[in-house]
Amino acid sequence: MTLPLQDILAILPELIVIGTACLVLALDPITPPSHKDALAWLTLAALSVCLGLTSSQMSVRISAFSDIVVIDPYASFWKILLYVVTGLTVLLSLAYLKAERLHIGEYYGFILLTLSGMMVMVSAADLLTIYLGTELMSLSLYILAGLKRADSRSLEASAKYFVLGAFSSGILLYGISLLFGVAGSTRLSAIAAATALRGVTDPILMVSMVLLTVGFGFKLAIAPFHMWTPDVYQGAPTSVTAYMAIASKAASFGAFLRVFVEGLGGLRGDWYQLLLVLSIITMVLGNVVAIVQTNIKRMLAYSSIAHAGYALIGVVVAGKLGGGAGSNGLASVMLYLAIYAFMTLGAFAIVGMLRKGTLESDEIQDFTGLAKREPLAALLMLVFLVSLAGIPPTAGFIGKLYIFMAAVNAGLAWLAVIAVIFAAVSAFYYLRIVMVMYMREPELSVTPEPRFEHSPALSIVLACALAGVLLIGLFPNMLVSLAILAVPLMK
Amino acid sequence: MSDVTTFPWLTLIIFFPLAGAVAVCLVEDQQARWIALGVTIADLVISLPLWWSFDSGSSHMQFFEHVAWIQTPPINYSVGLDGISLPLFLMTAFLTPFCVVASWSAITSRVQGFMAMLLVMETAMLGVFAALDFVLFYIFWEAMLIPMYLLIGMWGGANRLYAAIKFFLYTLAGSMLLLVAILVLYFNGGHTFDILALSRGTYSASLQTLLFWAFFAAFAVKVPMFPLHTWLPDAHVEAPTAGSVILASVLLKMGTYGFLRFTLPMLPDATITFSKLMIALSIVAIIYGAYMALAQSDLKKLIAYSSVSHMGFVTLGIFVLNQQGIEGAVMQMINHGITTGALFLCVGMIYERTHSRLIKDNIGLAGPMPRFATCLMIFALSSLALPGTNSFVGEFLVLAGTFLWSKIATALAALGIILAATYLLWMVQRVVFGVPAAHGDNRLVDLNPREMATMTPLLILVFWIGLFPNPFLSRMHTSVGKLLNGQTDVLGARMTPVHFAEIEVKASRRVIRDHQDGINSGR
Repeated sequence: MTLPLQDILAILPELIVIGTACLVLALDPITPPSHKDALAWLTLAALSVCLGLTSSQMSVRISAFSDIVVIDPYASFWKILLYVVTGLTVLLSLAYLKAERLHIGEYYGFILLTLSGMMVMVSAADLLTIYLGTELMSLSLYILAGLKRADSRSLEASAKYFVLGAFSSGILLYGISLLFGVAGSTRLSAIAAATALRGVTDPILMVSMVLLTVGFGFKLAIAPFHMWTPDVYQGAPTSVTAYMAIASKAASFGAFLRVFVEGLGGLRGDWYQLLLVLSIITMVLGNVVAIVQTNIKRMLAYSSIAHAGYALIGVVVAGKLGGGAGSNGLASVMLYLAIYAFMTLGAFAIVGMLRKGTLESDEIQDFTGLAKREPLAALLMLVFLVSLAGIPPTAGFIGKLYIFMAAVNAGLAWLAVIAVIFAAVSAFYYLRIVMVMYMREPELSVTPEPRFEHSPALSIVLACALAGVLLIGLFPNMLVSLAILAVPLMK
Repeated sequence: MSDVTTFPWLTLIIFFPLAGAVAVCLVEDQQARWIALGVTIADLVISLPLWWSFDSGSSHMQFFEHVAWIQTPPINYSVGLDGISLPLFLMTAFLTPFCVVASWSAITSRVQGFMAMLLVMETAMLGVFAALDFVLFYIFWEAMLIPMYLLIGMWGGANRLYAAIKFFLYTLAGSMLLLVAILVLYFNGGHTFDILALSRGTYSASLQTLLFWAFFAAFAVKVPMFPLHTWLPDAHVEAPTAGSVILASVLLKMGTYGFLRFTLPMLPDATITFSKLMIALSIVAIIYGAYMALAQSDLKKLIAYSSVSHMGFVTLGIFVLNQQGIEGAVMQMINHGITTGALFLCVGMIYERTHSRLIKDNIGLAGPMPRFATCLMIFALSSLALPGTNSFVGEFLVLAGTFLWSKIATALAALGIILAATYLLWMVQRVVFGVPAAHGDNRLVDLNPREMATMTPLLILVFWIGLFPNPFLSRMHTSVGKLLNGQTDVLGARMTPVHFAEIEVKASRRVIRDHQDGINSGR
């Protein structure tokens, strides 16, 4: 059997990423520790090639390997977002790994493997392929989470993530197998046809829909499937935490939306109600529990849970309305996650690089009086926190505006009211960090004093995150039209 | 909307302070003070021509600018001023330089940050009064929360952290509901955020009721109306002088401006339905605020509660829904801005000298500080609406408007004036004329030239508006008339018998003429 060249070309970005990953892993043993940075630059070069390839095919719509993989604007949107996030994470890692004295070249290889898994997730049109992508992403992340081998919290994070992740993968697989039983195929198009044929009242369809929701719920870290999140986010190296919180959430949303819209679109009258309940639980739990956290990585973990709850509102709208108005709901989700990426990455970059000697200072009290010691870092953190709280003129406001707008359009103004009330709650814990940074005097007794470790790579990361937060906040046109172009059409 | 100016005059005025804020961040402390002062004064100077080139006879938005900003949904950068927003816009530009001067020696730490925050605030405040797109309005409205939070929290008094977060959460919770209301209006008002187009729309009674309460949550917290006022005394007491001035003079007006610009024209039926309740809340605020002010031993708290009382007059004037009431309300917004701002400046000057805001620590200042005592006396008299001062014009018009609505309400509101006289004169009696206890080792020096320079323009304005209010009133006649014309049907029905109302209008006009040369409410 010969592989058609056309199909190979369609997945060229994936191949480049996987090839570079192998190259990095192979080169790592023969690279002296002082030159490990070269592997990061190799990674970045591969990413920029992929970025160029994918953005040149932004409006292309093709399918490959007998419809297992599709290249459409929707997949390209997520891929571009993933390249940008991965590139910035690599830059952040350059600074972070050096500060942590972790001279591990495989790191970049695993980052690329994670990325390739995510890319498969967002462009697969077949449940098994999606599952493969999910596993590739998750397995690489389990390793990355445990990378600080000397730190028991990092190992705990890795183990916990693995056990719960494997459990959730099992549930996902169970849902997939039930759907296979119904449709006789794992193609999303075949499942959509089977759903239309069987009608929406079929209990097996219901069960498999619920199982898929649970399985994806773990990956998306929405309540009540969020239990792993705080421990893993706290224990994992901060650059990995940022990557998990942003890229893995974005890719999971990408796959989740495609499965539920293209595969289970016929059941949208049912799943939107389920997701509506989950979205409320997620917003309430994430925002309320975040208030009592004393560790900033845990706080950001709960905040990322809450943000997934806001994004879910857009999915609920899509399920309730369907059609063009439903697509607007999906576009608001995509927009929200793109914005969320920049502000969360900025916040994690600051957290990771604020250090007490060789140790990370990730307790909220370490931020005390930061404005006096590190005015620029404090100001950047202020901007990212304000954006996370959704206050204009930052990008966070634009994200919330579109989500709430979709909700009001779907006659869910009451849901928007719940969301804004908890957005006000979230302002309380975000502003607590601002208060600690700006309104408390630095504690002199703390030794060594938390300092911010500057480096050129970090400056690029922070500049990009800041530009993303402010430019999208002030001129969202481009991103909005991109999201509208990329959104899948709903029936 | 006809006056499309070619030069973006308003945009320049709105964003010039923001550019100044960036510049301030890059320089040393002393230079920051001078740059901030220069920027705010320059901004005032370039905004003054608006006053003369404003066409009083037109109810259209003037100095109109419109630039498409976001395509889907259509959110535009559109700004403009009418007779209601023009005075508030100019008052904001007028008062900010005083905030800079008042902070000259009072703020010694992180001066660049302070001045930058003040300048960012100015941009946001000017933007709120000029915005003609609902989302743009909301962006300016929210954008000032963070600078104000930092002003209170970083440069405030001992209990500043509590006050800052309380201010922030109160106002944020209210305004977030406003956001949902804006979006609901968008889908019910023809898919537009244009304030003028939304004001022309008609909405069902049940929708109006819901939106009314969402608007109320945002605006009443800002005003603040009883019973949502509890953040105000805390914020005022802890804020630095400039923060108190901005809070009292401009921020509170944004709430009442919101009622005038949005609630009245967009939700006329709900406004009529709930006007009785709003008037009742206003009267409660007038009397309750005054009683609370009587009981205060802290000067800032006293003025803060007097603000609750005075802002009660403004909301009273708005919700009696007639020309006198609303013009009085707008006048009173300006007057309160000037007088209360000046009173906070006075307290700031005392505090810089004695480091106490308690009345008992500041007794008998007339001896050592005669110039200061005179200023405090005049502003206190202006605050209690002595004829000849600015507040008399506003409160009189509000009471005249209320008289048309209900005599009992007028009597109750007038009680507030009597109480104001009580608490203010009692304060003046102690602070100015009391027999001083041993002052410790404070050396009380009278106002220096810088401080006199801040007092003098305010003193002039107190008497200018008090004696010649016509230039102010004439600029708002047409706009207020248009605001009310949108509701003539409902109003006419309520003000039966019509001839009786007309008699009352004439009577009140005569009274105004008798008492105040220069007021001419005849149109």
